[in-house]
Amino acid sequence: MDAFEQLILKTKRRLLQMHFESGVGHIGGNLSCLDALMVLYHRVLTPADVFVLSKGHSAGSLYSVLWSQGRLSDDDLKQFHRDQTRLSGHPPPSGIREITFATGSLGHGLPLAAGVALGKQLKQEAGRVFCLTSDGEWQEGSNWEALIFAVHRRLESLVVMVDANGLQGFGTTREVASLHSLKEKFDAFGMPVEEVDGHDVGALERAWGSGARGPRAIIARTEKGRGVSFMRNKMEWHYLPMNEAQYRQAIAELEAVPGDPAP
Amino acid sequence: MRNAFCDSLVKHAGRPDFVFLTGDLGFSALEPLQRAAGDRFINAGIAEQNMVSVAAGLARQGLKPWAYSIAPFIYARPLEQIRNDVCLHDLPVTLVGNGGGYAYGVMGGTHHAIEDYGVLLSLQHLRVYVPAFGADVAAMVALLLEQQHPAYLRLGRDEKPAEVEVPAYAPWRRILGGRGATLLGAGPVIGGLLGPLQQLPEATRPRTWVVTELPIEPGTIPEPFLRDVRDSGHLVVVEEHVAHGGVAEMLGRALLLAGAGPRRLSHLCATGYRSGLYGSQKFHRAESGLTIADVLKVLE
Repeated sequence: MDAFEQLILKTKRRLLQMHFESGVGHIGGNLSCLDALMVLYHRVLTPADVFVLSKGHSAGSLYSVLWSQGRLSDDDLKQFHRDQTRLSGHPPPSGIREITFATGSLGHGLPLAAGVALGKQLKQEAGRVFCLTSDGEWQEGSNWEALIFAVHRRLESLVVMVDANGLQGFGTTREVASLHSLKEKFDAFGMPVEEVDGHDVGALERAWGSGARGPRAIIARTEKGRGVSFMRNKMEWHYLPMNEAQYRQAIAELEAVPGDPAP
Repeated sequence: MRNAFCDSLVKHAGRPDFVFLTGDLGFSALEPLQRAAGDRFINAGIAEQNMVSVAAGLARQGLKPWAYSIAPFIYARPLEQIRNDVCLHDLPVTLVGNGGGYAYGVMGGTHHAIEDYGVLLSLQHLRVYVPAFGADVAAMVALLLEQQHPAYLRLGRDEKPAEVEVPAYAPWRRILGGRGATLLGAGPVIGGLLGPLQQLPEATRPRTWVVTELPIEPGTIPEPFLRDVRDSGHLVVVEEHVAHGGVAEMLGRALLLAGAGPRRLSHLCATGYRSGLYGSQKFHRAESGLTIADVLKVLE
């Protein structure tokens, strides 16, 4: 295991610590996208780029990644979900420079990212615009409006990744309102799309950082609760906070031992 | 007013921060702007939710977007996008709704906007601009180009008779003098009342005002208006908007907080579709009690 993979594990532990200390759920969807966010922030983003987290319920992951870069402190994370915090349960509209938009209601991030990309296009500014959505949120009509718009306007700087963990609020995406093949739908809308293993650091870096002209989409196949055996692909970890025993077990599973395969 | 709006924007279309979005509306009206703005004129298609979020994204990039549609399509369909993406971030996006009130007449209730500013003013940071006369539009466009907050511009049709002269643009204007009640109007509906009101003898002619920028907040009401309310004792509010969230509610609250409430309040406003029948703007105004006859009745 290289140093970056160890940093990812350390950040996952910090994420769990933050959620445990604040008694907050939404852990499953945070663990499904943390690898992708770590790769994006540490390996891909430049100062000219913009990132929009459309799946705002993964704010914990975003805060933890910013912590891993020293942009948020331990003191900041201690305030997560408490009174007088900057770190609300979903990303706030102001107060943290790195957070572009308050999100949390689904189906807003991609249209916002499209607006930023259009602004860059009109002003002929450098930089790319990255957006991370959940898979369930493609049930929102506004995403399809944005997809039509992005392709039609040829928003070359726009890259959207779908955290396809297959679980949503009250069931699997397939059971609740199946989109069947999201990939085929992107294809049909004229949006180039590739599928990647959403927990493979190298594949994520290649997908996020590809120099291919946008707009383009990446479907990242992920596991909700990735890295913690009792959370893995379990819907209830969309919501539940951990008790102390569960927290201890989760941390133990995420203790990195050099040379070991990732848990 | 739509043409006046287009003409005003054409003059500013070369600004580096200018960008105009339309939800596929403006045929036979906005073409001059389309020509003047070039790639900064964007037909966002029939997708108002996306259009408003895109406008928020453009504003985040330092542009000053205008987003245009028929009034109900720009404020009601994308309300969550206005609330979360524009207002929560206090971004300088100007929403433009053509056809406030019953202006789209027999096109039907789906095309009316009789609750637009009440709904929008409940959001953070947003201010509403309701031109009463055609000449207000250019003044408002100039203001909107410089403001740094969310805004909603509610366009209608200029109804002021040419012979009635009104003072230069200001958020509050006294249009007619008299010794009768104090009448406050919002929007173009006031224009059509001015001719007959002007003919009334001074003793019964209402001290007639128009307000064009909302909300009305305590401390922002001009002293001469407060004096008219105090002296006349009877306040009449006329607006093509439902009572809830309307000018009379805002003004009544502000006056009561200031200890300046009138002895008597009359409110002429949109009342919806009581008969279940449809017709012109004139028909709907009549059904709501917004005609000159209704005004004269409460002035008796």
